[in-house]
Parts: sequence; structure tokens; C-alpha cells
Amino acid sequence: MEWETVIGLEVHVQLATTSKIFSGASTAFGAEPNTQACAIDLAMPGTLPVPNEQAFRYAVMFGLAIEADIGKRSVFERKNYFYPDLPKGYQTTQLESPIVGPGHVEIQLADGRTKSIRIHHAHLEEDAGKSLHEDFHGMSGIDLNRAGTPLIEIVSEPDMRSAEEAVAFARKLHSIVTSLGICDGEMSQGSMRFDVNISVRPKGAEEFGTRTETKNLNSFKFMEDCIALEVERQIDLIEDGGRVIQETRLYNGDTKVARSMRSKEEANDYRYFPCPDLLPVDIDDDFIEAVRQQLPELPDARQQRFVEKYKLSDYDAGMLAADAATSHFFETTTQTCGDAKLAANWVMGEVSAHLNAEEKRITSSPVNAEMLGGLIARIKDNTISNKIAKQVFEAMWQGEGDADTIIEAKGLKQMSDTGELEKIVDDVIAANQAMLDDWLASEPDKRKKKMGGFMGPIMKATKGQANPGLVNQILAKKLNSKL
Amino acid sequence: MHNLTIAELIHGLRNQEFSSVELTRHYLDRIARLDSRYNSYITVTEDIALAQAKAADERLATGDAPALCGVPIAHKDIFCTNGIRTSCGSKMLDNFIPPYDATVVENYRNAGAVMLGKVNMDEFAMGSSNESSFYGPVKNPWNTNCVPGGSSGGSAAAVAAHLAPAATATDTGGSIRQPASLCGLTGLKPTYGRVSRWGMIAFASSLDQGGPITRTAEDAAIMLNTMASFDDKDSTCVDQPLEDYTATLNDSLQGLRIGVPKEYFGEGLDPQTAERVQAAIQEFEKLGAEVKEISLPHTDLSVPAYYVIAPAECSANLSRFDGVRYGYRCEDPKDLNDLYKRSRGEGFGEEVKRRILVGSYALSAGYYDAYYRKAQQVRRLIKQDFVDAFNDVDVVMGPTATSPAFEFGAKSSDPVAMYLEDIYTIATNLAGLPGMSIPCGLVDGKPVGLQLIGNFFAEGKLLNAAHQFQQVTDHHQQTAPDID
Repeated sequence: MEWETVIGLEVHVQLATTSKIFSGASTAFGAEPNTQACAIDLAMPGTLPVPNEQAFRYAVMFGLAIEADIGKRSVFERKNYFYPDLPKGYQTTQLESPIVGPGHVEIQLADGRTKSIRIHHAHLEEDAGKSLHEDFHGMSGIDLNRAGTPLIEIVSEPDMRSAEEAVAFARKLHSIVTSLGICDGEMSQGSMRFDVNISVRPKGAEEFGTRTETKNLNSFKFMEDCIALEVERQIDLIEDGGRVIQETRLYNGDTKVARSMRSKEEANDYRYFPCPDLLPVDIDDDFIEAVRQQLPELPDARQQRFVEKYKLSDYDAGMLAADAATSHFFETTTQTCGDAKLAANWVMGEVSAHLNAEEKRITSSPVNAEMLGGLIARIKDNTISNKIAKQVFEAMWQGEGDADTIIEAKGLKQMSDTGELEKIVDDVIAANQAMLDDWLASEPDKRKKKMGGFMGPIMKATKGQANPGLVNQILAKKLNSKL
Repeated sequence: MHNLTIAELIHGLRNQEFSSVELTRHYLDRIARLDSRYNSYITVTEDIALAQAKAADERLATGDAPALCGVPIAHKDIFCTNGIRTSCGSKMLDNFIPPYDATVVENYRNAGAVMLGKVNMDEFAMGSSNESSFYGPVKNPWNTNCVPGGSSGGSAAAVAAHLAPAATATDTGGSIRQPASLCGLTGLKPTYGRVSRWGMIAFASSLDQGGPITRTAEDAAIMLNTMASFDDKDSTCVDQPLEDYTATLNDSLQGLRIGVPKEYFGEGLDPQTAERVQAAIQEFEKLGAEVKEISLPHTDLSVPAYYVIAPAECSANLSRFDGVRYGYRCEDPKDLNDLYKRSRGEGFGEEVKRRILVGSYALSAGYYDAYYRKAQQVRRLIKQDFVDAFNDVDVVMGPTATSPAFEFGAKSSDPVAMYLEDIYTIATNLAGLPGMSIPCGLVDGKPVGLQLIGNFFAEGKLLNAAHQFQQVTDHHQQTAPDID
């Protein structure tokens, strides 16, 4: 039987506010445990929450970015459960009246198709602390620095039909929230975490199959692997005569092993009710309009602009526009060197490869946009060849200075002295009689191609510094004179 | 000195008839000598009181003295006090020392008041008799076989026994007004949002409100002047201009429209209590007020609605007491569940556990709509009753409690009987309105209270009416026997 996969996502996005959603404590990542938890975060008796306006502004920005209705009256509720990293014994979240209503996100797939994924809603809530199970001799430690960090939880409709679509959706959300500047997008620090709801059904069936939820994935790769594994598990189970149980699962991306965490029957009754410490928050049209006026450029609009302004392909424009920092890097490079196509190639090529290899973000690239632009400018004015440019880039990456400094210091300037080059070409032709004979004996239409055989020795003789275009001209002239 | 009102103390201190240190020592001596009879204090802060009194005397000498400079008061042990154990009447917080002051405590400190100590209360403010305190029951100074009311029983007993000139208190369903009634005192629960809840340990957040218990309406006005504030640390605080509540005390009551709800004089009200209350209302007529009967049709639904909403909120508010970060933790927990179960099982008393269970049940899947949602709908109807009533009247009057103080054990085995104790006070909290209780006579030698309910932020009107009444009557000047 042919099966269809159905996927819906719940995405937790940490908002990049400087202080917590209901207290003044800092949200900075990586501090010593419990140094960024104030009396409110510790749920000391008598303390009360005060909402952070910036969190609301960020949530509204997200809502406008996905063309959603903004909840004019936003109500916080208490979700009750006991866990040591949840100091109040309830999480303050939203249920019946979320701040962001239904919206949609467009995704592009590798085959060029686009698809609209519906967003059911997005709500504001506070993050929990962290339980640390190592290093405490059989006991657990609690770090409440993260407790109270503002989150928006984005809940999609079950509109995705493959891991590819789910990952494209996840990447698009990442692109939107980082472009808006409402999230730092640091997946490895938990700034975005994905819960994936997966079910399968016979192709063509109307009804959904029973779904499982895999929680807390924090990389696109893990998500892709986890979906593949879970889809296979569900299909095998059904084909062997079993049935899928509604359950919550955990996936370990390092070991690539998934396991059941709890079944629906064991699920908590969270006893939600409106939080009496927080009044409903009314968001008026003026606030929404003010946010809309200040909305930064979104990835789709930026992609369109790159296509029109820089004449890039849809694909290249999409790649560059997805991330605000990458977009900025590309545009600065282009401004410096005056060639968008070359800038795009270098950013998506060398820069991207080096960053990936070293797991660095573009904002901390050792070669900044101005330096890259300076390098490309030297290619364009024929000072160096493309090949030499890669060598210069490597040196720049290692911190040896800007392009001009390195070219000068290493003597990499391209050889463009016609007289000198003519002599070298003559020498090479003389030294390769067999190649010359072969060339002379060739069919005329093959000769251009065979001419390439001389390039290697010529480049070797010039240590790669010969201007390839010039060499080609000289070589053609010399060879043709021997016919 | 212990027979003087706050107004008289302020006068005496400013005219250097006595110093704050003398006054404070006098009260500390009385507490040491007499409180074993009443058990009104949980913690006496002698050193702090004397240090504050000394500082107050210095300020009084310079003439730069804030409103309550040198006046000793007691704080209900629900208000967090920086560096001083704040127990909320519970074993759970017997070892809890907050690193911050409640806004109310801070306001009084800034006004120069001297803190005598922290007074007893029903555990987590849950009770109407002060029998649920971990620190033992408080005794009514008028009759030590009787309860002082609750939950602010320690505040009321301390003021009635002249172990403090005034005390802070809180009221979630009648916890200021009912003990004031049972102890012959003036108690004021302000409009919800008038007094900051920051640092006031929550029972039911949407109902809790701090207020003073005093001997006179004038003292209540003086106390509220300091207690009320807008506080950006409490999102439910209302940014309403502050007023001087003493400024309108002497306004004439000519033409004051008083509404007397017929539902407040039905079955369950002790006839002699009813008589005292009616007589008091007639006194207001003599002062020029017009009295008319009104109806608050949803009155009988207020206790059932309250006993869904308040427990629901408390079930979540008290989840933080889990033995993990502060407060009571059981011995040798064998795992996390054991830690939770035994810390909470051993740390909370019976009434608190009952309300957590009731509240958890009312919020459970499948019951939420029938209980919690329905109770909120009823709450809106009750509020609407008052909104309609205040179209026609300025103040609503009736009894505060069904009867004078009852004996220990009389209602403690029957939770429903105990809950009905607050039948006349609860609606005010559900509606968020200000309410007051003032003494209006004795029944069998025990005080009875008249309740006054005002429109939102009409505390000034209530205090004015109460003060005018106290100008022509002497019920408030009666004191409990044998208080020395």
C-alpha cells in the first residue's frame, strides 16, 4: 500500500527581549546557574508577575508577518503541573485567547513548487527552567535562569506531507523570526525548539491516522531524521497488523534513537484557567499600526527585491534572503565590489562552506563583507584569477589581512606582461613537441578544445599567476601561426 | 496610652506628650504580659520596633515627621517582611524569611510606623475562626471561649485587646470585616486594586485585598491613607488618584441614600443581631440619610460561587509550596513524588488541603464548565446586582456576620456551616467593591457589626458615613472586659 505522511508542528521560539516576560531578570544565555532568577522567577510567596511590553510587540510583529489576525484581547492562563524546574507549579501561557490568530506561511520546495502552510495560532508563554541530571550524585540540580524567558509557541495545521516540507516550514519560520529580529535563531542554545506531530494514512484517505508527538527537536537535521524514522516505524507497525498509539516521544539526534515518553492515558490534566494575577491585555489598532510601520523587510519581499534589483535567480535570491544577517552580508559585499552575481556566488560558496565547516554564524565570520567585496574587486580588475582568489580567501580566513595586503605580501598579482607571457608560451610549445604535433593533426573543430592541454604547463610555469584570458589569446595566436 | 486611638497617638507624639520609644515599650510590655491569653502574635519584633521607635523620635524632634511617625502597628503574618519570618499561619512557611517587604509594609515603614510584630491568622487566610493556624487558635478578647473570627483573627484580637493600636489585615471573603465584627472593631476592605498585593501571600488573587483593622473609622481613614498606593509591581493595582480619606470624614450625611438588601435579613440571621443592625441603620436616618429596601437577587449564589473560584485560584497559588526551593521539606524524600506528597501532606493543614482539593476538582477536565466557568458567570451576575443597586443608592448596609462570636469547635467540624459565616461579606469580594464593618452594639456581651458596602473607590464615602455614626454613638468605644 502507498502511504501518505501528515505532519503538524508546534514551534517554541524564544523572544529576544532583554528581560523576562513577567520579571526584570536578564534573559542572557550562558550565565552561572540561578544567577538570573529573581524572586518572581523563583516563585517566592507574595511575588506577582508584570508583563513585558516588548514580548507583546514581538508577538504582534510575528502575527503581522504571517498575515494573521491579532488577538485584540489577549488572556493569560495557568497550566498546572508539578515539576522542579517549574517554580510556580504552573506555566503562564495562553489558551482560549491567544495573541496571534490564524495565519499562513509560504514555503518553497526543491522542485520549485510553493505551498502555503496554515498557522492555527501563536501564543505567548513563559519558558521553564532546566533540570540538570548530571554531576549531582544521583540527585538533580535546577537552573532557573531560563525560567520566565518569553516564548511564542507557533502551532501549525497538519498541512505538511513530507519531512522535506516540514523542514522547509521550520526553516522558513527561522527565517521569518530572525528577519524580524524577534529571536536570535540560535538553535543549539534552544532558541527555537520543534515538537513534531506525525501520522500516516493510506494515500487518498480522508481521515487522519493516529498521531504521535516527538518533542523538543532543536536542529533541522534531527527533525528530518526523526520524521523519517517515525514514519517508517508507524508504517511497519500498521503493516504488521498493529496500531499506532497516541503518545509523546523523545528523539535523541546523536544516537538516532527514539523512545516513548508517555501515552495519552498518562497525560496530565493541566486544569487551565485564566491567571488572576494578570488582567486581559487589550491591544488596540494604534499599537498594531505602529508595529506594522516599523516591521522590517520580510524574507519573501527581500527575495523578490534581490531578483529584481540584482538580477539573481529565484533560487539564489531565496537562499540569500532567508537570513537577515546573510542578506546584509551579501548586500554589503555587492556594494563594495559592484558585482551582485559574483558576490552571491562567493557568499553561498566559499563563505558558506567555511562557516558550515567551523559551525560559525555569518555574523562572526572572520572574513567580513567588506573584505570579501575587496577580494572580488581584485578578480574583476584582473589583478588575480578566480583560482588565486580562493587562495587569498583562505589566507583572509586565517586572519592574514585584507585581500590587497595578502596579494602584495605573497606576490600573487596576475601576470599580464604580454612580452613575458609570449616568451613562456613559446617555451612551453617548444618543450611539448608531441602535444603540438597532435594539435596540428587534429580536426579544425577539435583544436580549440585541445588547446587546453597547453594551459596546465603554462600555468605551472607562471605559478598560476598568468592572466588566463591573455594566455588564451597568445596561445591561439602562436599555435595558429604554426599551421 | 493603650486606650488612645491612632489619631490621638499622632497628636500625643507630635506634642511630645510621650515618645515613640515609651509608647512602643508600653505596647511591647503589654504583649509580653497579656498575649498568652489571646495568642494574637506569631512573632514579636521587639528589637526592630524599638529601633524604629528611636528613629521616629529623632524625626519627631526635627519636625520632619511623616504621617504615622512613631505609631506602633502590627502586621498580619501574610505580609512579607524583609528579614523577618513570614509564616502565613502555616507550618509550610514556619522557616520562611522573605528577602523583600510587601508594598504595604514598605508604605508603613516609609510613613514612619513602628512594627510591633506579625499577628496570627488562619492558615493561608483560609478560615473564619482562626482555628486553622499552625500557631494555634486566637482567642476573642471579649470572651476567650469564643473565636475572634478569621482569617485576620490575630489582627482583630490584638487591636481589641489593646496589644496594638491598629493592624494590617487582608480580606478575601470577609477576613477583615467578620473578625472586626466579632471583636467590636472597625475594619475596612478597600476596592480591589486600591491596595497593592505585592508581597501579600496570595490565597485567591482575584479576591484578596489588604485593609486596616482599627478602633475607629477615623483611624481606618488614617491607616488607609498610607496603605493605599498605585504599585507597578502589581498588575491588578488600579491607577486611581490617591485621596486624603480624612478630608471627607465630617461631610454631612444629609440626603445620603442607604440601600438595605432584603436578602441580608433572611433565614440564618440571628434575630438579636438583626435588631442591632436595624437600630444602627435608623441612627443613620436621624443623621439625615434616606433608607430604602433594595434587592440583591443573586445573594444566595455568592457562597457557592466563591467556594469554586477561591479554591480554584488557591489550588494554583499554593502549588509553589512544593518543598523544592523554600519552606517545609519532608525528611529523607525517597524520590520526587515522595518529596511532593509528603512535603505538602505534612506542611499544609486540613482546611488548606480541603480547599486545594476542591479547587483542583473544579478545574478538572470535564468539570471546568460546570463549576469554574459557571461560577464566573454567577460572579458577573452578583457584580451586576451591585452595579444596578448603586444607580439608586450611595451605600448598602446590612449585617456583617450572622451572629456574634461563636465558641471554639462550634463550626470547625462542619465546613459548610463555617463557609456560611461569610454569607454577607463574600459578594463584596466577588464584585470587587469596598466594604466595612463597624460596631453597632452587643448581644450577650459580645459585639455585633454593621456592614457598609460602597461603590468602586467610594472608600471615602464609607469612612465618612462610619465616622458620622461614631460621632453620635459609642459602640466603638466599648472595650472587651479584662484587657487591663
